[in-house]
Amino acid sequence: MPPVATPTLVKTPRSTRSTIALKLVMAVSGLLFIAFTLVHMYGNLKAFSGQEKFNDYAHHLRELGEPILPYEGFLWITRVGLLVALVAHVTAAVILARRAGAARRDKYQVKRNVASSLSSRTMRWGGATLLIFIIWHLINFTAGKVNPQTGETGDAAGDPYSLLVDTFSVWWMTIIYLVAMLALAFHLHHGTWSSIQTLGYTNTASSRARAKQAGWLLAIVIAGGYSLVPLAVLTGIIEK
Amino acid sequence: MKLTLKIWRQANASAEGAVHTYELDGVSQDMSFLEMLDLLNEQLLTTGEEPVAFDSDCREGICGTCSLMINGQAHGPEVTTTCQLHMRSFKDGDTITIEPWRADSFPVVKDLIVDRSAFDRIIQSGGFISANTGSAPEANSVPAPRDKAQRAFNVATCIGCGACVAACPNGSASLFLGAKITHLGELPQGQPERYGRVTSMVAQHDHEGFGGCTNIGECAAACPKEIPLDVISQLNKDLRTAMFKGF
Repeated sequence: MPPVATPTLVKTPRSTRSTIALKLVMAVSGLLFIAFTLVHMYGNLKAFSGQEKFNDYAHHLRELGEPILPYEGFLWITRVGLLVALVAHVTAAVILARRAGAARRDKYQVKRNVASSLSSRTMRWGGATLLIFIIWHLINFTAGKVNPQTGETGDAAGDPYSLLVDTFSVWWMTIIYLVAMLALAFHLHHGTWSSIQTLGYTNTASSRARAKQAGWLLAIVIAGGYSLVPLAVLTGIIEK
Repeated sequence: MKLTLKIWRQANASAEGAVHTYELDGVSQDMSFLEMLDLLNEQLLTTGEEPVAFDSDCREGICGTCSLMINGQAHGPEVTTTCQLHMRSFKDGDTITIEPWRADSFPVVKDLIVDRSAFDRIIQSGGFISANTGSAPEANSVPAPRDKAQRAFNVATCIGCGACVAACPNGSASLFLGAKITHLGELPQGQPERYGRVTSMVAQHDHEGFGGCTNIGECAAACPKEIPLDVISQLNKDLRTAMFKGF
């Protein structure tokens, strides 16, 4: 008697326990990251207006919302929010990836991809790359404040602007950041449209086309905007 | 035409399978892909080998019984069912790899035949409307807007062949689900059970072991009925609404 996949019906279906609920978690947390990366990019581009303006901006972020919020209050609310979103995003991704792996354990001998973009097929590896990058980036600029030129950490590593210029004056640091931005561009290209589709806003061919265009736009603007700063340091446009 | 065929052979569900290679001569360009397999099976009978088992029924592209992964594409290189694929899509001397749909929810029964009863159970869990029996109601008593009726009809062409699952790297049946949800959800008759239906059908889909959708679009490209990707958006929207309605 050949085995049947699962000859039973679900007795108590719950919408919140479905794969689509997990996808919604990924979509909402992903859109939060997009909003954050846009604001963060705006701050980075302040580097073009010089050391004083850039450092002022960095300092002002700590005073934002005072006196209603305590010193660094706004920053900590953002950090906690992002951490919660990150944990949710990664947890849902791992559960869904494991499900997908279990859904086809016997692979095809020959499989051709005809419609999917390279970015859509590299979401999981790209996401893992970005996670490693984020950890590295926080050690570099936030938690440890490591100056790769002088080896100094904390306040001794210098003010935000000097730390930035010193960091991107090291060629391999520039390469790490540019590779990470490439991974970000790929992730945003598919992730933007995918989140809009998961939220159910692409019910027509034209809205689907617009969501895909939004993916291109955000990938180019965000990854491009971030890459301008290390490239400007490399070419001497931004200097101490 | 002379072809080299690499075909997945598996004696039964629990047996180990392997790819066997066959040479087939005398294939006409006018043959359908299944007629080409019929020709191969006639040849195998003369040599005393077990014929290749594959699913087929109407052979006119409307029943959804035929399947086959042909050179890595569900239903082969054309946008149609395998029975409506013709050998003119191939060249003399071609090597063609033929495999069954691969998904843990579609276990192989024999050779190229898979058990697609998981789809039946998804339909059983909610892919219907409840109507009192009796004489047929007056057709115009429940008006359906033309654009909605059109969309419902377009996606009702889903024949449940499973090509979407076969093509999806996650083994997801979201396009199938989306087609059924959109088909019933666009019509007035589908409204009373709409949100319970989407919840039950998605729960059954997950229970059967199909993967989640990553919106990559391989399913819509493989669909012989050209069901568009926006039915998955509709599915997501209905499930999201069901969550807020407490289903």
